[in-house]
Amino acid sequence: MKRLGAHRLDGREWFAHGVLIALVLGVIFVPLLSSRDPLRIDDVLAKRLLPPLARDSSGGWHLLGTDRFGRDLFVRMMLAGRLSLLVGVVGSLVAGAMGTALGALAGWREGWIDRAVTSAADVLLALPRLVLLLVGVALWQPGLSTILVVLVLTGWMGIARLVRTEVMAVRRRPFVPAATALGATSTRVLLRHVLPNAVGPALVATTLGVGNAILLESGLSFLGLGIQPPAPSWGNMIAGGRDLLVVAPWVSLAPGLALVITVLATTLLGDALRDRLAGERVN
Amino acid sequence: MRFSDLARALGRAVLLLWCVLSLTFALLRLAPGDPATFLLPPGASASDGARMRMELGLDRPMAVQYAQWLRASLGGHLGVSFVDRRPVQAVIADALPVSLALGGASLVLSFVVGIAIGLFQASRKGTRADVMLTIASVLLVASPAYWLGLGAIACFTYLASSWSLPLMMRLPAIGMTTPGAALSGWPHLADLLRHSILPVTLLAAIGAGGVARYVRTGALDAVGADWMRTARAKGASDWRVFRHHLLANLRAPMLTLFALALPGTVAGSVFVETIFAWPGMGRLMVTSIVGRDYPVVMGCAAAFALLVILANLTAEALLPWADPRTRG
Repeated sequence: MKRLGAHRLDGREWFAHGVLIALVLGVIFVPLLSSRDPLRIDDVLAKRLLPPLARDSSGGWHLLGTDRFGRDLFVRMMLAGRLSLLVGVVGSLVAGAMGTALGALAGWREGWIDRAVTSAADVLLALPRLVLLLVGVALWQPGLSTILVVLVLTGWMGIARLVRTEVMAVRRRPFVPAATALGATSTRVLLRHVLPNAVGPALVATTLGVGNAILLESGLSFLGLGIQPPAPSWGNMIAGGRDLLVVAPWVSLAPGLALVITVLATTLLGDALRDRLAGERVN
Repeated sequence: MRFSDLARALGRAVLLLWCVLSLTFALLRLAPGDPATFLLPPGASASDGARMRMELGLDRPMAVQYAQWLRASLGGHLGVSFVDRRPVQAVIADALPVSLALGGASLVLSFVVGIAIGLFQASRKGTRADVMLTIASVLLVASPAYWLGLGAIACFTYLASSWSLPLMMRLPAIGMTTPGAALSGWPHLADLLRHSILPVTLLAAIGAGGVARYVRTGALDAVGADWMRTARAKGASDWRVFRHHLLANLRAPMLTLFALALPGTVAGSVFVETIFAWPGMGRLMVTSIVGRDYPVVMGCAAAFALLVILANLTAEALLPWADPRTRG
């Protein structure tokens, strides 16, 4: 792993890192520094549906225009980005940690724990993830916490399978009995010797999972089953422009582009990470 | 040997279906709120509630409810819709053909187009065409289906009519058929086809992006393999190498990918059906969630699970045909 820090970035990684850093800075600082309240509605008739780069009657300048209630789209989009990034990163990380823990336990202990984890994963994988998410939000109140819980509960299976296979392969290698013979406890061997050698694919899958989680959250919000207005989410902002496609296409276009670029950046990051790990294995 | 393998796979599929059904039952009972209250009109008295709970069997012990529910659902009875009071299986029977047609057509189309594009890219590796197609497929996979759908409607329906393009080039945005038009025979079919152009193309394009990336990688791996060099060295023609060596080796991964692509198609069809107002399973599920129609939601989930399990089972049963090395 030591070379992971010192390497040359390729074009794909430059793009992914650049987009994600700009996005994180944007979602933190734009809503903080902007004088406009992205949730407040005032003087709808004067300010609504201004095109990008337009000035409103009171002289305010709107980078991406305004929505049907005269709220600034850029500030709203950045506020929505906070939620999307939060849901994507937290949902994927917790699911990845849960999958790694369960998969490692299943591959290390084998026996009934293995059978229980494998069959639970099989059952959950028999349902398309979106269907599980829809059932989850159908039964509980739609909102941020429901989405996060359901994303985690439906996202760990693939990673658990990956880690289980890796752990089973690594435990056959000679350094494992060697560590045991030196007197290391089972937990120590798993945590210090097996897991670090098995966690690479899980890291890649977790990174790729961020984009997927962001897409799922925005999809639920688009259907009206996720983040509820007036809180902005890229999904419900796109839904808000659904009947304005001709009059004000920018209302749906801007949050959609933000979504695509963000998901693209996380996917490229995951791809690059996978190539790097594969290259390291060959060396 | 092969038969017993198949029997074991079938047994596993049945077990899986039982687990999924039990999971939906558990989720339904775990959910906050009393199902009886959703059925009663506002202002109903407490005794109405008690009578309703008795009619629904909600007053019996959980184990009895579970046994009854399991027996009924194995017999295909999935309960009664809260909203329109029809049996859930009848509601699903109306919606399922729509989704199967939409999903099936786009799945087949996405594989045909995706395989063709992936092979083309592999044969032109590193050229500008390859790079452009890679970017296009990555972008398609990263885009939400509903957003692309809105874009397609904006272009092919609204813009096409505002530029007064000929009627043939404007595509309908909503529904499966023209409302009010009592067509039958060929005109009906043509109307249906016109309405399916946008949703099917959209779903197929998203799927094709993923398939193309997969095929490109698989074909490039194969081109570098020793058996490819051997085949060429013994004098096999280009066509023979392509048909009997390259395609034959892609057959098994394609079969697995086909089964794996099904959940994605289901997810895509939820959004595409919602956008284009097609009365299929995806839209049914979303409208039942909004209407808190739990039995229909659970029926849809069970139907989706059955579909995925059947697809995996079929892929497993066909694997020995696709890859003779897996024959016992």
